Amino acid sequence: MRNGVERTLATVAISLGIAVAGTGCKKAAVNPFPATGSVAGWEKTGDTRTFAAKDLYQYIDGGAEEYVAAGVVTTSTADYKYQGMLEATADVYTMGEAAGAAKMFTKDQAGDGKSVAIGDAGVSRAQSVVFRKGPYLVRIVAYQSAPNAADALQTLAHAVEGKL
Amino acid sequence: MNNRREFLKVAATGAVVLGTTNQFGLAAIADKKDAHAEAGKSRVVVARDAALHGAGGALDEKRVQGLLDRAIAHYTGRDNPVEAWKSLVPVGKVIGLKTNGLGGRGICTHAALVMAVAERLQQAGVKPGEIIVWDRNRRDLEVCGLTISTDPGKIRCYGSDVSGFEDQAEQWGTAKIRLSKILTRDCDMVIGLPILKDHSGAGVTFAMKNMYGVVDRPFDLHAGGCNPAVADLNCIPVIRNKVRFTIGDAMSSVYDGGPGFKPERLWQPNALIVGEDRVAVDQTAWQMIERKRAEVGMGTLEAVGRGPRYIATAADSAHQLGVNDPARIHLMEV
Repeated sequence: MRNGVERTLATVAISLGIAVAGTGCKKAAVNPFPATGSVAGWEKTGDTRTFAAKDLYQYIDGGAEEYVAAGVVTTSTADYKYQGMLEATADVYTMGEAAGAAKMFTKDQAGDGKSVAIGDAGVSRAQSVVFRKGPYLVRIVAYQSAPNAADALQTLAHAVEGKL
Repeated sequence: MNNRREFLKVAATGAVVLGTTNQFGLAAIADKKDAHAEAGKSRVVVARDAALHGAGGALDEKRVQGLLDRAIAHYTGRDNPVEAWKSLVPVGKVIGLKTNGLGGRGICTHAALVMAVAERLQQAGVKPGEIIVWDRNRRDLEVCGLTISTDPGKIRCYGSDVSGFEDQAEQWGTAKIRLSKILTRDCDMVIGLPILKDHSGAGVTFAMKNMYGVVDRPFDLHAGGCNPAVADLNCIPVIRNKVRFTIGDAMSSVYDGGPGFKPERLWQPNALIVGEDRVAVDQTAWQMIERKRAEVGMGTLEAVGRGPRYIATAADSAHQLGVNDPARIHLMEV
């Protein structure tokens, strides 16, 4: 009986150990995507999809290579719509280290964006916002051009930042 | 036809089928006396329509059919679109249209082009059930605005996530992969409908690189700027033999930051690039991107370490997939 109890406890301990290891032994995984209604005008239109580093090619094909080289751990993506018209996608790249996020953020700079105070550094363009915060690199792009697109994207970016 | 839904409804019934059968396939083109063609050269047509995108940047879908017809007419030397298409495709065979939706909604094969091709195929005598629109998976097709359908009596549209891949790996050079059953089993001939993009590794992705979407592990083929993997992959017999024509979508493109959607690097060449020689098509597409990069003051792809060297590899004596020497390409810009 005692051996049975010990075996059970050992099994539970191992299971917990595996569970903790699965989260990287750091903290619970964050959900960076604001739900519909939590950001004015924005609706989350699809399920969140998450890709491990080894599967990132399924999402961005050859683009995965440089993210993997920069230490990406997971990538999550979700689609949004603003005021029922402006479609956008938010990608959250979780890197192993902040340096990886900084590297990819720098690579994404093209010199034609406007710096914005989102996260540790951010850039806004007419149809996109990119920012980094710690090990996270976030890219939100709109598929249509609209006069209010940049402002709307920044609003969504701030909401994502708040959840990281 | 007012919209996609109406088109698909008509297509499903076969009501747009006008043509009669044709038994020659692509070979018929070579038999045609073409005033434009130059002997011994690979023909590539670049057809443009400056009014393809409106002032707001939206594609005028109604103009796509006309652009396609002009491209095919010049390529085949036949003014009648139906007769032109009869010279391109065999009747009684299953024709696959391999799209590319990897870049997401912002930079993927335009559904209007897919439907324009499908309509002309039917008019040339291909039955709706003999047309398969396909890509890697459901998502890649849906981002293009296409609807999944596996009804054998209609135009089918599905991905390799439905068909699966062959158990047996194929190998040519560095490319050792498993092929989609859509290519190996479902299609007799494939027309590539790639979208022109800059590519962070390969430099350019278009006709030949589109074949990364027909294998199970494309990520394994990205070393060394995808060279020689792109050329090697296209040498696998079933790809070399079945993928016989390209109608390249250069209506929109990204000239930097690809293969994903970068709105700040989006531009509208408003063009289709058409040809049988996949190497010549890619060579032509590459130069189109280089001209745009020069126009905005960017360095060449070679200068930034991303020259698409797989194109020259594909033309070398080991691969012989086509020609990349501009002197051997008969380029028709219309």
